[in-house]
Amino acid sequence: METTLYLARRLLQALAVILIVTVVVFCLLHALPGGPARGILGPQATAQQIAAFNHEQGLDRPLPVQYVYYLRTLLHGDLGTSYTLNDAVSRLIEQRLPKTLVLTVLSALAGLAPAIPLGMWQAVRRNKPADHVVTALGFVAYSTPVYFLGLLLILVFTQTLRWFPSQAPQGDTLSQVFADPVALVLPVLTGAASMVAVFSRYMRAATLENLAEDYVRTARAGGSRPAAILWKHVFRNSLTPVIAMLGYYVPVLFGGALVVEQLFNYPGMGLLFWSAAQSSDYPVLLGCVLVISVATVIGTLLADVVQRIVDPRVKAERT
Amino acid sequence: MTAVLRASSALEPVAGYRLPLRRFAHNRPAVAGLAVVVLFLLFCFVGPLIHPTDQTHTDLTQVNLAPGGARLLGTDAVGHDEFGRLMYGGKVSLLVGLASGVLATVVGTVWGAVAGYAGGWLDAVMMRIVDAGIAIPALFILLVVSAITTPDTLGLIVVLGLVSWLVPSRLVRAETLTLKSRDYVLTLRAIGGTHGRAIGRHILPNSVSTIVVAATFQVADAILLVAYVSYLGLGVQPPSTDWGGMLSAGLTAAYSGRWWLIVPPGLAIILVVCAFNAIGDGLRDAFDVRGRG
Repeated sequence: METTLYLARRLLQALAVILIVTVVVFCLLHALPGGPARGILGPQATAQQIAAFNHEQGLDRPLPVQYVYYLRTLLHGDLGTSYTLNDAVSRLIEQRLPKTLVLTVLSALAGLAPAIPLGMWQAVRRNKPADHVVTALGFVAYSTPVYFLGLLLILVFTQTLRWFPSQAPQGDTLSQVFADPVALVLPVLTGAASMVAVFSRYMRAATLENLAEDYVRTARAGGSRPAAILWKHVFRNSLTPVIAMLGYYVPVLFGGALVVEQLFNYPGMGLLFWSAAQSSDYPVLLGCVLVISVATVIGTLLADVVQRIVDPRVKAERT
Repeated sequence: MTAVLRASSALEPVAGYRLPLRRFAHNRPAVAGLAVVVLFLLFCFVGPLIHPTDQTHTDLTQVNLAPGGARLLGTDAVGHDEFGRLMYGGKVSLLVGLASGVLATVVGTVWGAVAGYAGGWLDAVMMRIVDAGIAIPALFILLVVSAITTPDTLGLIVVLGLVSWLVPSRLVRAETLTLKSRDYVLTLRAIGGTHGRAIGRHILPNSVSTIVVAATFQVADAILLVAYVSYLGLGVQPPSTDWGGMLSAGLTAAYSGRWWLIVPPGLAIILVVCAFNAIGDGLRDAFDVRGRG
């Protein structure tokens, strides 16, 4: 019962947050020179055309009325039309988003795979030199701008060793992306580096917390081997909350993809966004912002709910 | 980027009780971080007085020189001395990072204190706005802003400050929630003290450790964010530059083997950001406050 109430409240909150995001995007749209009319008619439209369009679309009506109108078009999946690419924004995002998801999911996996054992190992050897060394390396990885790391990887692995190409797989379909797995290596590694730093830190903290629990002491007193306790109990109890942290990590993943796609020329949503910023293609920019925000809200919601279910002692941090 | 790394390292109990300052002084990474920050401040702000270089005019007779001799780090494609440019760009990076980090902390502190103190629906609304702000990644907002206008240095500080006040606001709100039910605040209210007095005289001074720690991490993040922003094209405009701008300017040069144009500014960013993070960690452990996140 309590959980149901909690779920209902969190869902309502998430909806409220998404509504606020749409207000922000709506305001940005109206802060643009020319307003939304420019967004649809394009930068060459004359003042008369804009005035006629505004009247026709009800854009000369009060802002709150327009906001409701805007929300209605959003609910129909209409994000406007790109200035430069001559296509519906929703269609562009539909094409590009899967490729960004491939990149981010692979990066997340490539980051988590070493981070989980590394964090446990650090926890077991806490405050020994090895722990300090890994922590320090994590600090460096976290403090390195993603594009600088990518650049260094290109210099070493493309320019010097010639192992991997400096350009990510091209092409519009996912099968074209997977047809060239070697070209995915550097972009995925670049995206994964800070994940290793962050998630090994989480895993270290979660493992330490679990090692201090009563059940560990009881198992130890009962004669279980430390390795068995670690892998059978501590590992499982630490893993779920750490995986759930991925939900909070959605905006960072998208931010990373933005940089990685730009650096490796990978035609996903990040590159779409970046080129839209270069050409002031506002409908594309704001459409992407909306999609990413909704993804972030959903990620946060999932993470909150999973953590709550895994560990009912965790009280909701927000009101 | 967000500050997810500093989840919690303060799990180890601190034996006995010592003054925060002494605890900080015994934290070797934190002291090293402080030294690095001081050295970089001297390097960037005093360095140009000792090693003056021309960073405004191009000198086409001195382009693309390799490091060595009088050109400690070589020159770039328009003849700027790279060692001098590291100081020159660092000034902007450090100034913008520090100023926007502090601005973000101030805005976040006021917002969080008011929300936490007010409670009820006002708190709920204010915190949903924070959630919405966090849902829109800063990098994306900054690129939208860059498509609309090109800010100068002051504008850059304001924009960066206004996209990154959200995390401190959550921390200060949490702190305010625990403080506002303390006896001395309740007493003040009972004898007729104003809300403003309760916040200004009791809640904020008692949250000072949380705020200082948040500010330190905020500066670390801001310096990193400035670097991203310059790399993606919204940074300060030439002939002025910052470390991120130097990195993107050296991009093509690096591909043709002139590593000295990107490695020094890259390392400078990493060192300074690490240093501020180490200081933040040290302060957090010294003050024994909860991490952020």
